Amino acid sequence: MKKVYINSIASISAQKTFDNTRFLEEICSYAETVLPVVSPNYKDYILPAAARRMARGIKMGVVASKLALEEAELENVDAIIIGTGMGCVRDSEKFVSAIIDNDEQYLTPTSFIQSTHNTVGGQIALGIGCKGYNFTYVHSSNSFESSLLDAKLMLQNDEANTILIGGVDELGAHTTELHKVVNHVKKNIENSLDILKSNTEGAVFGEGANFFTLGNEKKSSTYAEVIGIKMYNTLKSSISDLAKQFITSQKIAIAHIDLVILGNNGDVTFDGNYNELSSELFANTQQVYYKHLCGEFNTASSFGFWLASKILKNQHLPKVTKLNNINDSSFKYVLLYNQYRGKNHSFTLLRKC
Amino acid sequence: MSKGVAITGMGIISAIGNNVSENYKSLIEGRKGISKISKIDTIHKNAIMVGEIDFTNKDFEDQLGLSADNNYSRTAMLGIVAAKQAIANAGITDIKKYSTGLISSTSVGGMDMTEQYYYEYLKNDKHRKYIDSHHAGDSTQKIAEHLGIEESLVTTISTACSSAANAIMLGARLIKSGELDRVVVGGKDCLSKFTINGFKTLMILSDTYNTPFDENRKGLNLGEAAAYLVLESDKVVKAENKKVLAYVKGYANANDAFHQTASSENGDGATLAMEQALKVAGLHPSEIDYINAHGTATGNNDLSEGRAIVRVFGNNVPDFSSTKPYTGHTLAAAGAIEAVYSILALQNNIIYPNLNFKTQMKEYDITPQTELKEKELHNVLSNSLGFGGNCSTVIFSKSQ
Amino acid sequence: MEALKQELKENIIEQLNLEDISVAEIGDNDPLFGDGLGLDSIDALELIVMLDKDYGIKLTDPKEGKVIFESVEVMANYISANRKK
Repeated sequence: MKKVYINSIASISAQKTFDNTRFLEEICSYAETVLPVVSPNYKDYILPAAARRMARGIKMGVVASKLALEEAELENVDAIIIGTGMGCVRDSEKFVSAIIDNDEQYLTPTSFIQSTHNTVGGQIALGIGCKGYNFTYVHSSNSFESSLLDAKLMLQNDEANTILIGGVDELGAHTTELHKVVNHVKKNIENSLDILKSNTEGAVFGEGANFFTLGNEKKSSTYAEVIGIKMYNTLKSSISDLAKQFITSQKIAIAHIDLVILGNNGDVTFDGNYNELSSELFANTQQVYYKHLCGEFNTASSFGFWLASKILKNQHLPKVTKLNNINDSSFKYVLLYNQYRGKNHSFTLLRKC
Repeated sequence: MSKGVAITGMGIISAIGNNVSENYKSLIEGRKGISKISKIDTIHKNAIMVGEIDFTNKDFEDQLGLSADNNYSRTAMLGIVAAKQAIANAGITDIKKYSTGLISSTSVGGMDMTEQYYYEYLKNDKHRKYIDSHHAGDSTQKIAEHLGIEESLVTTISTACSSAANAIMLGARLIKSGELDRVVVGGKDCLSKFTINGFKTLMILSDTYNTPFDENRKGLNLGEAAAYLVLESDKVVKAENKKVLAYVKGYANANDAFHQTASSENGDGATLAMEQALKVAGLHPSEIDYINAHGTATGNNDLSEGRAIVRVFGNNVPDFSSTKPYTGHTLAAAGAIEAVYSILALQNNIIYPNLNFKTQMKEYDITPQTELKEKELHNVLSNSLGFGGNCSTVIFSKSQ
Repeated sequence: MEALKQELKENIIEQLNLEDISVAEIGDNDPLFGDGLGLDSIDALELIVMLDKDYGIKLTDPKEGKVIFESVEVMANYISANRKK
């Protein structure tokens, strides 16, 4: 079986991450419970004729894909595999409200077309003329992980040599309001960087696009190697047991893990799984977190994957991500763990190249 | 990657039947499930026809034994009905005996509830339970729960009208690569105002029965349905001495990269998908005995798909037909519905008629099979083509 | 007729989100599709809804749009002859 490498990365998030020469030196903090992305100048990347029908999610995805392809010096790829929890939710909202507000009359097609979940993947393919495999996964907090697993299978089995994968979700005003009335969003916060201290239910919501090119050949731009990815729709035993099983199945030991990247979002009701790992199994391992930087969304874990890639390549931990102080360098194996509201758990294992 | 992918169970609910045998009976009797819409109050009710399932949401809640405070969308309930049939058909009594995953697809997800309570959600809490069931993954999660699939690989694919074919494809690859021993694959979509109005804005809904590959075709009929297959590895088939219904022999997904919604006139994406699927199957085009075409009866699809078929099969185009006149276009479920029909075709050595066909298309000279035909079948090719240029082909075979 | 053409140009820009194009840049006889403004089949569907909503003209076959939406001039003539509001 061939190996799988992360050959380039691109991130558009609530931080200034689209400039890949920087690494979280300057941090944006927010006093709101919903964090929009810091947008690059989309016009620099997308022609006005193409941009006129694109909602933010598509723009983010298209620009992030361009940045990732550019860094890997690729003009095209063999496959495009996208993860998105909600797709282009703004267009969905626009079309539903138009149906209701106008009693099904005078509706136009654009928002319906854009609302289709695979719009981002389709637009990227259209833009670069990629006739290859094009999949979109839409499974809550395992959307991005599904695209990673699919890409890994293809590359290992030599069904493809280069693949663009990405996690993308945009905020939609009405959808956010709905999540507020059911308390999935925190009522208020003073500082988004302090969410783990909030001791309240709900999360701080966000949006973003984190894209990567994966390949089965190592390049000068390579960030890390993807060793393993496993998803669990539910948790019936204990998360520590699943973590041990996963690590053993990768033929390494707990002690080999140099860094754990956790998806804590400060929701007192559901952070227990993370806390169990950080206080027990990985108590003596360096731990980092990131949802205080990018907010919670279905593909927020792709920001964690971006963070892991950056850390492994630079061998540097941004201070703002640290959960504890064990070590600052020599990271070889990095384990990521994520879940949302107690469902759709995943472990991802990366290795330094 | 040389392992076989056996299909050991299937389940289906569509406008032409509530289970596999009812669907087969309708298919061979030429009985359409297309009618005026009755369950959704839409201003277009006199201008469109649909493939609707008779059961109401209340009927499904009773069948599934759901409590009054459940938050199941119609999409989820259709999916559970079909997936449970598939598990029973595969003779599975202990789902935990082998590592079992679920790959499901949908395009509308819980939109049927969202479009009813969109503004009400903000005013009172009566229907807020459905907020959580809106996202596409929710119906898949609920199916997993009903099947008893725990701590396993469960995910959802949404690539418009090719979604379920892609779910079958991923499932087959997971078995071949040894990632899972068993995987339940398929798709589900219910009718909604959202999709009715969406396709209406594209001006591709027919006001009468859809007529695939006909010169005077007027567009598609939407339908609702769900279908699931149980795929098992050679290991499980051997250990359990399983009866194999058919094998997933080949598959491919390719992109037209031509236009956001329309297919290229020459069917580049569909051609690539069929060619690569044949390659994966190790079959020559002449070994395909029947094509279950996507055949939505839109001007664009049938022209593009027909041309692609000619490009791949040349002067030896096998018998082909679209079963959309029976069920309507069931969107993200279509690939799974037609997978069940393809397997039934193989099992019974039957080719279904392409109903409603009258006039030969001018752009090419291939003609769909219009009468029920008995013929020894070995390999059946099924196409599913969708928005975003998403083109998929799956090949089902009698032998491994 | 001039007022109608002006109105059409403004509505086309607004409805089709042509941010980078001004009314002055659209000539009465410029082709709207293909080499001209570069509109496509989705825009044609948008314009069909505009005809219905603003002028009460209902088209049932998108192919009719191809002829009617050739240019602003052709559109204006068609609308004047067929408008119901």
